[in-house]
Amino acid sequence: MKIGVLASQGAFAEHIAALQQLGVETLPVRLLEELTGLDGLIIPGGESTSISSLMLGYNLMDEIRSLAKNGLPMFGTCAGMILLAKRVSDLSVEPIGVMEITVKRNAFGRQKDSFEAKLPIPVLGEKPFPGIFIRAPLIEHGNSGVEILARLADGTSVAARQEKLLASAFHPELTNDLRLHQYFLDIVAGRQ
Amino acid sequence: METGTWKVKTGLAQMLKGGVIMDVVNAEQAKIAQEAGACAVMALERVPADIRAAGGVARMADPTIIEAIMETVSIPVMAKCRIGHFVESQVLEALGVDFIDESEVLTPADETHHIWKHDFKVPFVCGCRDLGEALRRIREGAAMIRTKGEAGSGNIVEAVRHMRAVMGSIRKLVDTSQEELMTQAKEMGAPFELVAEIHTTGKLPVVNFAAGGVATPADAALMMQLGADGVFVGSGIFKSSNPEVRAKAIVKATTHFQDPKIIAEVSKNLGEAMPGLDIKQIPTEELLASRGW
Repeated sequence: MKIGVLASQGAFAEHIAALQQLGVETLPVRLLEELTGLDGLIIPGGESTSISSLMLGYNLMDEIRSLAKNGLPMFGTCAGMILLAKRVSDLSVEPIGVMEITVKRNAFGRQKDSFEAKLPIPVLGEKPFPGIFIRAPLIEHGNSGVEILARLADGTSVAARQEKLLASAFHPELTNDLRLHQYFLDIVAGRQ
Repeated sequence: METGTWKVKTGLAQMLKGGVIMDVVNAEQAKIAQEAGACAVMALERVPADIRAAGGVARMADPTIIEAIMETVSIPVMAKCRIGHFVESQVLEALGVDFIDESEVLTPADETHHIWKHDFKVPFVCGCRDLGEALRRIREGAAMIRTKGEAGSGNIVEAVRHMRAVMGSIRKLVDTSQEELMTQAKEMGAPFELVAEIHTTGKLPVVNFAAGGVATPADAALMMQLGADGVFVGSGIFKSSNPEVRAKAIVKATTHFQDPKIIAEVSKNLGEAMPGLDIKQIPTEELLASRGW
């Protein structure tokens, strides 16, 4: 199994480290040719405007969009979730736009409002997941076919799955909890 | 829900990695920076080259400028306060900036003490010339470190010196035996627990950017190859003849820092870089890097 991690900008090294701990071959992806032969792709946290303009500059956008439509499993965290969403409010950039979700950027406010919260994620078992939200987005709406995997105590949706596409508003790559990465690998392997 | 934790402070710095943070003095420049792919902007009243030329006391920017920039862009907005001026940083926190740079580019307010940055919910970045200075700032609460370089000089030599000093000392600490760590901590003037941590992990506990003298795409890639996690560009963009094109080129060179063909490609037809200064010709008392300890 070979998983690519989009390495245009952001916390890609943290995702690579998490995947390596799970014993998976990983590849940082910056150029078009690095997208061939992957079993899955992670789009990391970072600045969505910055990542988007670097993807456009090196023609990655169309290829990633078509790979997603053809069933390549993808996992987007924070900025990655924004880029996977079909509809994004307050977006000055072009998203990949393959998940039937509406996402609001910087939904909780500026950095002073960034927070940690223990999140119940039923598909990962009973133990709450350490949610790290940094200038995080939220999911305003998911169309049919989208399963909401996690909500904050006030009901706000912060993680979702649509077939082989997975998205979280928080950063599992900044924790030592590998369960969400493992869940993604299970999707890739067809076990989930 | 807990805000202002060490994890969310250092986490924001991690999200900036592989990116370029650009100095801007108004909303229009901030927009250009965002469109070029900057991962954050630094809101200032004057870029360092102009601060250097103007002389006198350089202070925190007018809040009107900072607010105008915050309203214009959706990427994180940083702002500078003077070294030791904890009221300027209180003001910046109240304005809602995303990161504060306790910066030697402004005239220090305290020549002996830096700000105790753990008192704040907003994260801080601080400059350093070597590993000891980096670890002192981190222990005071800096969630991100950058080289000091020599701001406004357009000359990369000091940033290279500082990055090599930090990375070289880290490599040395990894090879140091346990009983020598305390001596190392004493010699560097660094907190022992952080020295011991680096001995084990082989890396800084926070993100480390390059700053002070980056003027070209190749400068940015040089700093990345020397081990920087990302790059600050101060005067280098808006003091050049074609800021839009140069900004985009530096962003691309920072991502593709290991790919000389791409660096060559983006280095073409950039127009004039900012005028540079020979560090030896800057009078000692005007060197910004020697401010702070």
